[in-house]
Amino acid sequence: MEEEKRRVTWYEALGALDRRVIFLLIALAVIIPLIVHYTTTIPPSEIVTDLFDAVENLPPGSKVLMSFDYGPSTAPENQPMATAFTRHCFEKGHRIYMIALWATGPRQSQELIEDVVEGEFEGKVHGEHYIHLGYKAGNQGLINALLSDFKSMYTTDLAGVDIESFPMMEGIDDLRDFDIILAIGSGFPGTKEWVQFAGDPGDIPVGGGTTAVMAPLLYPYYPKQMLGFLGGLQGAAEYEAALMDHYPKYRDMSRAASTSMGPQVTAHLVIVGFILIGNLTYLMEKRKKRKF
Amino acid sequence: MEDTPILASQLAETISLWIGALLTLMIFSFLYKDNPAYKFAEHLFVGVSAAYWMTVGFWTTLIPNLMARLFPSHMGRVFPVAVGNDPEYFYIVPLVLGILLLMRLYTRLAWLSRWAMAFIIGFAAGTNFTRYLQSDFVTQIHSTMIPLYEPGGSVASTVGQTFSTLVVVIGVICALIYFYFSKPHTGAFGKAARVGIWVLMAAFGASFGYTVMARVSLLTGRMSFLIRWVQSIF
Amino acid sequence: MKRSIPLLITFLVGVALILAMFIPHWPFNVLNERFSIFYDIIAVFAFILGGGNLLKVHMRKVQRKGGDWKYSLVTIIGFFLMLGAGLMKIGVPEGLSGDYQATGSLFKYLYDSAFQPLQATMFSLLAFFVASASYRAFRAKTREATILLVAAFIILLRPTPLGYYLTFWLPEPLQFLHIPNLSTWILSVPNMAGQRAIMIGIALGIVSTSLRLILGIERSYLGSEGKG
Repeated sequence: MEEEKRRVTWYEALGALDRRVIFLLIALAVIIPLIVHYTTTIPPSEIVTDLFDAVENLPPGSKVLMSFDYGPSTAPENQPMATAFTRHCFEKGHRIYMIALWATGPRQSQELIEDVVEGEFEGKVHGEHYIHLGYKAGNQGLINALLSDFKSMYTTDLAGVDIESFPMMEGIDDLRDFDIILAIGSGFPGTKEWVQFAGDPGDIPVGGGTTAVMAPLLYPYYPKQMLGFLGGLQGAAEYEAALMDHYPKYRDMSRAASTSMGPQVTAHLVIVGFILIGNLTYLMEKRKKRKF
Repeated sequence: MEDTPILASQLAETISLWIGALLTLMIFSFLYKDNPAYKFAEHLFVGVSAAYWMTVGFWTTLIPNLMARLFPSHMGRVFPVAVGNDPEYFYIVPLVLGILLLMRLYTRLAWLSRWAMAFIIGFAAGTNFTRYLQSDFVTQIHSTMIPLYEPGGSVASTVGQTFSTLVVVIGVICALIYFYFSKPHTGAFGKAARVGIWVLMAAFGASFGYTVMARVSLLTGRMSFLIRWVQSIF
Repeated sequence: MKRSIPLLITFLVGVALILAMFIPHWPFNVLNERFSIFYDIIAVFAFILGGGNLLKVHMRKVQRKGGDWKYSLVTIIGFFLMLGAGLMKIGVPEGLSGDYQATGSLFKYLYDSAFQPLQATMFSLLAFFVASASYRAFRAKTREATILLVAAFIILLRPTPLGYYLTFWLPEPLQFLHIPNLSTWILSVPNMAGQRAIMIGIALGIVSTSLRLILGIERSYLGSEGKG
């Protein structure tokens, strides 16, 4: 007796699709928009405009502590945030104090200094308008120490120069002497720890940015404990949009987040398609099982 | 004119770009299947990573914040700014605790590391107790006690505001009820727990959507790098 | 002694830090600051411990010619190369007193050539697996899963032109259903409510665990001899 070959239906074939095909499709969804330079602008949401307004409304010359709590693994999301914050702070004439809770943070802040500070704001002087203090170990212990005495841990800048020799370090005794903390984070320690160990106990305004993975988890802190924050690349693109509205010169300058939103959009559509197809094949298989 | 350091020269940067691209492709090869190239890159990453954190910790914290405080006059070659300062002898405590922690590497002396571990645990427990209680408990409850009705806006915005506030208050309470497993989830309690699950599912859906966004952003970064590498060839 | 001294240390340090929040005066403010600095310094010894342990494991593998021992050799070589470059400040213009990550240093070169691309690529692999999981595992099997799916859909569609054009035509009274507005609402209302409940639950768990550790009820950190 001949065995009948069982016909594979279209939905069974789709359901058993090799995952490498899925990988290829998602790779193309990212590569093609990059090659054709597809960009998109995202209008800022309230959580981003609240933070923007907070930085905008600070009097010129305010002291901004910027913490680089991320590394190369999340730089595509976090670096555009740092760039947008730095541009905004310098437009307002604020002074930026750069520290890091992650060992990989100082390389990111150095990259920011080379690309943005030295590239776009030539008149800014290290020690007068910005200072690069670098990383110290200790995670939340470091924040706790800085809340009591900033100079107990930071005795020099990253290059080893005595911290007391810098004019902008005058009057900085502890974290309460800063007008705002902008924590750009991607995990532990990060933005959450800045709220818990500095913002709440020291009553210091905290804002910042975080990777999209962490963003939904920080919503309970807004607006009471955080002025606002940027959630992932989308948040960075929204801040760039707000910056362009207030400072039109940035329309013609490189905007990393907005440029990267193009592949983001196509990848999202592809993933939505995957979910729909996956559920369709599931429904068809369920219906077939019910028939038998 | 200053000489460019050899590792900052154009040639060195090109080699660096090629090494980076090669390592990137070796990691991506895992998507096809596990292979020796991926294993090589993975093991290299582990070694380089551990050494990176050790080095950074050494130069940024151990030298300026421990050694320069204990032995400032001996820091002329590595941390000259500390020379001339008076020694601060209470820093012997973290030095001793740190050395005790390293005893964990030797089986016979590993019990000594418990003293350092005890300090770490005590510090973490002591600080977390107060910080989590303040930021993640008391303030969160306070933030949930929001007025259900706020006058001033249009009818539509007031209705919307009240609805949203109700969702927040009921959502938080019902989700907390869901997490209470000491009582069976039956009757009215069970219905409230069910509403709690729905709220949690909405939260997890939002988390999933944002997680996709995060992962795609990272892929975009790498693909940008690879495109830059390919462009450098031509 | 092997057990009681560590328990006493945990108790004293924990209590001192809790009291420092309520009595921010001498001696508790000094203890708070000192303990924070000590913790930061001991963290570096933890990095050294991690590195040492890594070496111990991989060297043992190479010595015994265990499975994949050649890759352990790669780990060891990479480790010593990076460590040597960093500790010796090879290539740093100012020598041992200069910045260990100065332009031209071997440490910076290895970071830019190896560490940075390796770390970035490792994390970017996740995008592929998220896509695969979305296709194979994300099924609307129950009402709860459907709620999750719908919320995820709206969040995913928000930045896309499809998300805009699907609902932009809605009249003014129904504009709250416009996908970008709905996405913002989902994040700041039900997501916030759910995350807040989780946050409160975790906070209570951490508070109780911290108390158990400080009071010596929880002793698992002491190892097997810590039981009983």
